[in-house]
Amino acid sequence: MANITYRQALNDALCEEVERDENVVIIGEEVAQFDGAYKVTEGMLKRFGPKRIVDAPISEAGFLGMGIGASMLGIRPVMELMFWSFSYVAFDQLFNNAAAVRYMSGGLINCPIVVRGPANGGTNVGATHSHTPENLAANHPGLKVVCPSNAADAKGLMKTAIRDNDPVFVMENTILYNQKWDVPEGDHTVPLGKANILREGKDLSLIAHGRAAITALQAAEQLKAEHNIDAEVLDLRSIRPLDEEAILETVKKTNRAVLVEENKPFCGVDAQISHLIQEKAFDYLDAPILRVSSIDAPQIYCKKLEDIQIPNVDRVIKRVLELR
Amino acid sequence: MPDADHTDAKVNKDLTPEQKIQLYRDMVRIRRFEERSVRVYQQGKIGGFLHLYIGQEAVAVGTVSLMGEHDHIITAYRDHGHALAVGMGMNECMAELQGKHTGCSKGKGGSMHFFAPDKNYWGGHGIVGGQTPLGAGIAYALKYRDLKGCCLCFMGDGAVNQGAFHEALNLAQLWQLPVVYIIENNGYSMGTSQSRSSAYDDYLAKRAEGYNMAWDVVNGNDVYSVRAVTAEAMKRAHEKSEPTLLEIITYRYRGHSMSDPDKTYRDKQEIQEYKEQKDPITLFQNTLLKEGVITEEQISSIDKDARKEAEDAATFADKSPFPPVESITEDIYWEEDNRTEETNSKGTIIFE
Repeated sequence: MANITYRQALNDALCEEVERDENVVIIGEEVAQFDGAYKVTEGMLKRFGPKRIVDAPISEAGFLGMGIGASMLGIRPVMELMFWSFSYVAFDQLFNNAAAVRYMSGGLINCPIVVRGPANGGTNVGATHSHTPENLAANHPGLKVVCPSNAADAKGLMKTAIRDNDPVFVMENTILYNQKWDVPEGDHTVPLGKANILREGKDLSLIAHGRAAITALQAAEQLKAEHNIDAEVLDLRSIRPLDEEAILETVKKTNRAVLVEENKPFCGVDAQISHLIQEKAFDYLDAPILRVSSIDAPQIYCKKLEDIQIPNVDRVIKRVLELR
Repeated sequence: MPDADHTDAKVNKDLTPEQKIQLYRDMVRIRRFEERSVRVYQQGKIGGFLHLYIGQEAVAVGTVSLMGEHDHIITAYRDHGHALAVGMGMNECMAELQGKHTGCSKGKGGSMHFFAPDKNYWGGHGIVGGQTPLGAGIAYALKYRDLKGCCLCFMGDGAVNQGAFHEALNLAQLWQLPVVYIIENNGYSMGTSQSRSSAYDDYLAKRAEGYNMAWDVVNGNDVYSVRAVTAEAMKRAHEKSEPTLLEIITYRYRGHSMSDPDKTYRDKQEIQEYKEQKDPITLFQNTLLKEGVITEEQISSIDKDARKEAEDAATFADKSPFPPVESITEDIYWEEDNRTEETNSKGTIIFE
């Protein structure tokens, strides 16, 4: 095990995959000379040269579409979005072309592209740079979506995503970039669609993804210490494919569920999870399913309020204590 | 420029009589296919949109006839002409129009989404201008692999006002991608004429100058001219890995799609004049007769064969089954369609 940052884990994954497969090419704004806007690709230009690590102009529809076109011919581009919020100017390329070209061609064309970058709030940058579009992406059959919550998953899911023959959107989190976790050495991969129990518990299930899973874990520790409530924390890791089995299993075990996510509440990922639980584990529920999401407004700039807007430990604990 | 005479261009001089006749045959086949599809549409067997290529045949046939092993093609939604030009069969195309299982996309794509990657044909794209970054990407892949080829990326004149088009032009020139962007300018973006939709001076292709990109304009009613000018652009792509923006002036006889009554934005007389004086098939037929390459008997037999081929395709489509219901959730993910014991992904990916 190496104790490394989420950023380093991503960098390791990208470097190992560029080295492993000559078709892998890293493209994005400031990924090469600048060493990455968030330094995820630091040192890669020097190590691999400009053919493999490519600086794109600020032109998301153009370069993402270009990557999709190249992937149809078997190149495996890993495209960096400086923020997932910027995907909105490339919507047609990502949500029409990448998502549907295989289907519309009756399975004749693949699109083995990875689109990655941070998708989070909490950084005091206002509404245009704080979107969490994992629910949007997961609503498009043809796309796969993962949200790693820690360094080990960041590395393992990224490597799996690059080797996948379908378009995979990897949604990272800038607040996690500097945090350290133990990451297995060597060719560490994590399968898509396999959730992870971060903490075992018996009283209720906190089901979360992305940084919200870390928030849920912190809340669980506090619940145990201060309220003697033993919460299980399930990290979804992957939104599509979704580990339905793990969700149902934890609910059947604890009989109570609180869903935590940074998505806005209306039509968020947890609306779907909630539906799944009521349909397939209705008889196991001892209480209504509760949710903690971002407060339903465009992301606020004011840092003090933004820290309340996105799920935090206090809000999770408060919600859990509301469980009957 | 559109009034230049390209009869003596090397790519045309080098054509054998058989090759010239093949160009003619391909144009006639496209027209007869499109005419037959109109009847199928009128019988209510084609739903949705049907954008016809009638009048523009010399563009697809002329350009595609220049493609070699590593040359690729991608276009917008008026895609039947290019499909037949690259060698797709009338049967699979007509069946796709009817949403049949035997269609080129198994009935999942429809009129606007024909694909044949085995023939280097990457579609068939429904959103105006949306295919232009993809065309840059195909060229990027060729360059990445050191292949001497290029991508012919087609669009209509309406696409030049989309942002994606301009982003693609910038990338193509910036990264020296071997792509030939081809504006098939039929004068109208749906029902809006060029002068009502685009700010321009002389030619739309002149916009390339803003990107320091080579450009040219050619008369799309003359297949020799189309070939000559496109060959120059392809040479630039092959030998110097540089892009070109070509504007090919053409005309569509039918409305934007079958749902366009074609009564509000242009005169009947304008269409009539084109048919009588500038029809690409009639013009090429006269050229070949004058050159002594083709006989009246051959002309009528080519026409008869094309009509029969289109008729047979309609019958084939009629007799073909619709796709089974379970196919709705197939061909979404490569991994699901190719699942083995080693497949890495777990979990649910198709939801109820």
